Amino acid sequence: MAMKTKTLILSGTAAIIAAVSGLAYAAGDGGTGDYEMVHKHWHFQGPFGTYDKAAAQRGYQVYREVCSSCHQLQHLSFRHLGDKGAPFYNKAYPNPNDNPLVKNFAADWSIEDVDTETGDIIERPGVPADKFPPIYPNVAAARASNGGGLPPDLSVIVSARGGGADYIHNLLVAYDTPVPEGVELTAGLHYNPVMEGGKIAMAAPLSEGLVEYADGTEATVEQMSTDVTEFLAWSADPKMEVRKSVGFMTMLYLLILAVLLWFSYKRVWRNVEH
Amino acid sequence: MSGHPSTYEPKYGATKWLDQRLPIVRMGADFMTFPSPRNLNYWYTFGGILALCLVSQIITGIILAMHYVPHIDFAFDSVQRIRRDVPFGWLLQPMHAVGASMFFFAVYVHMFRGLYYGSYKAPREVLWIIGCLIYLVMMATGFLGYTLPWGQMSFWGATVITGFFGAVPVVGESLQQWLLGGYAVDNATLNRFFALHYLLPFVIAALVAVHVWALHHVGQNNPIGITPKTQKDTLSFHPYYTVKDAFAVVVFLLIFAFFLFYQPDALGHADNYIQADALKTPPHIVPEWYFLPFYAILRAVPDKLAGILLMIGAIAVLFVLPWLDTSKVRSMRFRPVARGFFWIFLFFCFILGWCGAETPDNMVPFMSVGDKGLNFTWLSRIATIYYFAYFVVILPILGLVENPKDRPESITKAILGDTSHSAAAPAE
Repeated sequence: MAMKTKTLILSGTAAIIAAVSGLAYAAGDGGTGDYEMVHKHWHFQGPFGTYDKAAAQRGYQVYREVCSSCHQLQHLSFRHLGDKGAPFYNKAYPNPNDNPLVKNFAADWSIEDVDTETGDIIERPGVPADKFPPIYPNVAAARASNGGGLPPDLSVIVSARGGGADYIHNLLVAYDTPVPEGVELTAGLHYNPVMEGGKIAMAAPLSEGLVEYADGTEATVEQMSTDVTEFLAWSADPKMEVRKSVGFMTMLYLLILAVLLWFSYKRVWRNVEH
Repeated sequence: MSGHPSTYEPKYGATKWLDQRLPIVRMGADFMTFPSPRNLNYWYTFGGILALCLVSQIITGIILAMHYVPHIDFAFDSVQRIRRDVPFGWLLQPMHAVGASMFFFAVYVHMFRGLYYGSYKAPREVLWIIGCLIYLVMMATGFLGYTLPWGQMSFWGATVITGFFGAVPVVGESLQQWLLGGYAVDNATLNRFFALHYLLPFVIAALVAVHVWALHHVGQNNPIGITPKTQKDTLSFHPYYTVKDAFAVVVFLLIFAFFLFYQPDALGHADNYIQADALKTPPHIVPEWYFLPFYAILRAVPDKLAGILLMIGAIAVLFVLPWLDTSKVRSMRFRPVARGFFWIFLFFCFILGWCGAETPDNMVPFMSVGDKGLNFTWLSRIATIYYFAYFVVILPILGLVENPKDRPESITKAILGDTSHSAAAPAE
């Protein structure tokens, strides 16, 4: 018995070591110099964490009014905004294509299309089934409009940075850090200690009161950054809520099954010395 | 095929008819009653766990292949589409990606178990070699599969690995171009990698069938390494080991589920969420965690070709291990000195993994002050030397000079305590 307990402890320890080293290996934070990353507690953290819908809704407003002048959400369709677990989900509209908010958001964008009568290229208002359209016609145009820099797509940006949501939030609020001595900024580059190398092509995108929130929340830089990060976290991992709830049931089921199998094992082996 | 007499009796006309023509039901029944040593511990459940991993990877992989688009312009998007729009794609895609990590975790446990209990020694040399072949094909499959999502690490990992072939003298460059289907990793590369990634799992499945065949021919090894002598030394595979394996499988699935549902990205790299860009090299190119030790061995020497030869040697040495280890004693339980060297070996394998993840010029924490002391290149050199020394120096010499402890006469005697020292041996 003692032998087996030890074995179990050892296997558990091995699994934990593997897990921790894996986490440590994957968790490379960005950042340079003395800047200390602020680690926020996000609503979506933890095994039962969900997206803060109000924050994500405000975040969409920030994206639409600020970020979307340069950054696309190429993997998102408008209908995704009304999916279960999404910022604008409404129980009354299980099909997000019927959701009036989603329809409005879509119609707010102009989509390039082909007129089926004439074959001409036309612009029409978006519908929920449309994807978020490209901001620039091509990469060269994007670079030309941004002093050579290429604004990255934001659909999976939170997953694509080592620090995740913390990285994006810190990047957005760290612009007021004074430029340290010895850092030479060429034209079109800005100092941001969170960015690898400290230099970023994007100028500070947020400033006090830049958007006017419908729910009366004060639009500080910190607030807008938090909100848009919450929105982008959802955009990067839109199925997180369903995954966590299925995960909880799965693990509960497996745990019960493990207990039952343990007793089955004890019973089958009851007369066997080993 | 197995040595034990068959107890299967077909009861019905149809099963009798089939049994005379293709005794496939008999084979299944014989597998179920296969006499297995009665002292197998939980480390021996990983074979079953690995079979489950392979089946899971094949099923999820086939479904993913129905939705994935192997084209450089659409591959990255199609993976995102699978995760966002394909029914249960949010579950299947991470299950396949996390499943690869779990597969390698299980195979490493399985291999170290084989090393510890001497499962490669006579008469199991062929069983072991087939296992090494499976591992080799697994590595190829894992590498090819990692290219498919077409993220930055996919692309640059593939560029680095296929670059090795360019270091082969004389034919290197043409070999590399032939493999890539061009001068660089591009659409032709992605297409053939996809085709091969779909093919190789079935090669693994075939090798597993031969592995299991060989296992049923020679029988399982066991923690004390003493061959079962009488019927008392063994138990019928079913129900004894089916229930024990089932329990272990469910515990393994709990760990799997934890990563799948709560940390799906923890074992991957953030850069792979950035679409491949041939013009932008990531600052640190690292392979998947399960290749890190070999990556560290590769970078331990300054010469590219020498590094590649060392890396190949690190796997090749496993194939000849049955003839390198001169000790006739299988289990390390009775080889206290060898056991110490084994744990150091395991420790250095972790160290190599650590070195593989770090930048070679960086200094090792706790072993350096400022830029004085040990850097990761030197740490990986020390670990690489030990890795090879363990196989080609320590095991060959130790087998000739060490004094193994007395071994019990039989498994039953070991359990019932006739030979006190072995029954009390801890289960490491």
